[in-house]
Parts: sequence; C-alpha cells; structure tokens
Amino acid sequence: MNLDFSRISSYSPLFVKGTVTTLELTLFSVVLGIMIGLIVALLKMSSFKPVSIIGHVYVELIRGTPLLVQLYIVYYGLPQLIGQDIPSFPAAVAALSVNSGAYVAEIIRAGIQAVDYGQMEAARSLGMSYGLAMRFVIIPQAIKNILPALGNEFVALLKESAAVSVISMSDLMRQADIIRAATYTAFEPLIVVALIYFTMTYIFSSFQRVLERRLKASDSR
Amino acid sequence: MIHVKDLHKNFGKLHVLKGINAEVKKGEVVVIIGPSGSGKSTFLRCINLLEYPTSGEIYIEGELINRKTDENKIRQKIGMVFQHFNLFNNLNVINNITLAPMKVKGLSKDIAEDIASELLKKVGLEDKAYAYPAQLSGGQRQRAAICRALAMQPDIMLFDEPTSALDPEMVKEVLMTMEGLAEEGMTMVVVTHEMGFAREVGDRIIFMDEGQILEESTPDLFFSHPENNRAKEFLSKVLY
Repeated sequence: MNLDFSRISSYSPLFVKGTVTTLELTLFSVVLGIMIGLIVALLKMSSFKPVSIIGHVYVELIRGTPLLVQLYIVYYGLPQLIGQDIPSFPAAVAALSVNSGAYVAEIIRAGIQAVDYGQMEAARSLGMSYGLAMRFVIIPQAIKNILPALGNEFVALLKESAAVSVISMSDLMRQADIIRAATYTAFEPLIVVALIYFTMTYIFSSFQRVLERRLKASDSR
Repeated sequence: MIHVKDLHKNFGKLHVLKGINAEVKKGEVVVIIGPSGSGKSTFLRCINLLEYPTSGEIYIEGELINRKTDENKIRQKIGMVFQHFNLFNNLNVINNITLAPMKVKGLSKDIAEDIASELLKKVGLEDKAYAYPAQLSGGQRQRAAICRALAMQPDIMLFDEPTSALDPEMVKEVLMTMEGLAEEGMTMVVVTHEMGFAREVGDRIIFMDEGQILEESTPDLFFSHPENNRAKEFLSKVLY
C-alpha cells in the first residue's frame, strides 16, 4: 500500500493557514448571514404583501440554486457588470452570506412562528403593541427555538465553504489541492483536510449540545 | 358599558355571527352559554377587537370601536382571560403581571409590583410570585392570568371558557376567584359551560346558537323555564 504521510509533513504550515482562512471565512459569513437572515425573515413575515413577496422570492431563489453557481456569479459575473475585479475573499464572504441568509431567514421565521399564537394574543389583549409583544414575549421565547438551529447552520456553512476553493480562495480545501499538485500525492493531504474539517465541526457540535442542554434546563415550559 | 348592535362576523364564507344585539351594564355579570361553535367566543373576541366585526357596531363606554379605533387603548380597559391561560412562558408570575402595566401604562417597577403582590395575595398565590408558569398547576396558572388582566385595572373583564382546560379539581378555585371579582362589582362577560356558576353568579344569561342570541333572561328563569326550544334541548342535555 502506497501511503506515507511523511511526504506531506513539510507542508503542515499550509494546513494551518488554510484552517485559519476557512474559519475566518465562515465566521464573517455566518455573522453577515444572520443579519441578512433577520432582515429577510422580517420581510417575509410582513403583513404588507409586496414586502413579504420580496422576502419569499429571495429565499426561494437562493435555496433553489447551487452555491457553486452563486459563487461564480459573484466572482466571475459581477466584475463584468461593474467593470472591476472582486478579490476572492470578499467575493467568497458575499456569496456564502447571501446563501446562508436564506437558510437563516427560514430558521428565524420558523422559530418565531413556533411560539404559540396565544402568547401574542394575550400580550395584545393587555394593550401591548405588536412591537412590545414581539420584544418582551415572542422573541425571548423564539430564541430558544432559533439558537440550536443556527448552530447547525454554522456547521453546514463551515463544510460548504470548501466550495470557495474553486475561486482560488486559499482556504483549507484549496491547500489540499496545492499540496496534491506539489507532491503528486492525493490521499494523504485529503485525509488530513477531512480530519481537520471533522475536528472543527465535532468540537463545535459538542459545544452546541452543551448549550442546548443548558437552554432546556432553563426551559420553563 | 358595552353596547352591541347588529354584529356580524364572517370568516371567509363562514358566517359565524348573524346579527348580535346585546347590552352589558356597569357591574353586571353576563354569562354566555350555548353549544360549541355557536359563536360565543367570537362574540367575546369582537368586544376587545381580537377579531374585527364584519359589520355592526360595538360601543364601549359610549365610544364606537372599529378599525379606526386605537385598539391598544380600548384593550387597556378590557381584560381578557383565555381558555389556555396564555401566561408568558418566558416570565415568572410577577413579571407576567407587571409587564403590561410597566410597558404600556408606564408604571414604575415598584408600583407595578405592589399592585401585583396585592392581586396575588387576593387569589392566594403570593408564594408563587417567582415561579414560572410551567411550575404551576392549571388552576394556579389561570388565577395568575386573572391577576395579569386585573393589573391593568380594566373596567370590563372578558372570560373565554376559563375553566374548560382545567382538571376537574381545579375548576372551583378559579370559579371562586371569579365570583369574588363579581362581588366587588366588576363588569364581567363570561363564556362558560359551568352551569352552576352561571346560575349562582350570573346576573343575566345569554343563550347563543348558530351565531344568534336565542334567549336572554335571568338565571332563575332561564334554568327553570327556558322558552326557546333549542335552549330547552341544550339544557336537557347539559344538566344531569
């Protein structure tokens, strides 16, 4: 069996660099994605039809097209329109956060709508405005529904971010490609990269499980 | 205090209320009874604009209420108690009670908590002030919900089947709380299936079926000599 990890050992700095880039990329995209998602969720829940349609169309369009296509449109397509190249990092963050925003919007909407409607009615019956009821009664309860799902979204995005290697982002996946080309070995760098991805998602999922248990412990329902 | 003229309510094609005319005087306890789906709850929910009437007029303290009315203003005058309590799950009992007085009326925390403690003492829940809804029995939750509505110091209280979701043993404590409130002179409109309560506490009975008021009389008269045939049939099935 032709397997020798010593052949790639001198490239370990590249793995570190790639891991850092992937984490940066994911963090930026998740934060932006949550902001986009919050706005889109509010649009979607608007009682004013034209506004809710905008939110609806956004979610359907983004979820109905491949991330790879979205990446290409931002990185290769947009420069043609605006007459200026977009560096790969902002392009990757833009595509990933726009993509993630659609999923986050659905998470937030579902989290809010999962709160029993009686809670809203009771608040309104006391003379509270829609905004007050949302702020003090509905959102605090919705967060318990939303947080765990947002954690899943973070893990999903961390993995999907590997797609950005195709627009020459030097993320973790891209480093595996570079090492593969430089050493003519494929299995070793790929397996190392897979392990690094797995370690990151596993650590995060464990962290998330603890958080979820805490939320449940204080759950007053 | 409440004056309702030819109230109609449609949900799409469903005609739920077909011309309700009713009046509730200050300090009066009006009990609405009737079979399920007769429009009792919808009628009640129209009074505080949780549902908007399709047509007809509702006057609260002489003021016509409709889509132009500031619904939040009107609702401050009208407390509502729900079948499923609807206590805010994220807040403990005292915060459930003080939230609206503080955020809507702008009362200080101290004053709101004083009002809340007094109400809790009255319904025998002073030791549950810091408990969360999930830690309470159904009867305790409903009593807390009554306190929450009363803390806004409403002129009118609406009760939408307040004991229908309770264990049998919890019913009495809630009814006694309501009876105490009636004795203090609160204007109350109560939708209920508790015939004993209707007879003992009610000043007037309204019998509804299929979106209409079929009979309206005093409890004594209604339970001993119902006139309407549908009311007779209903009572013969309900009273054992």
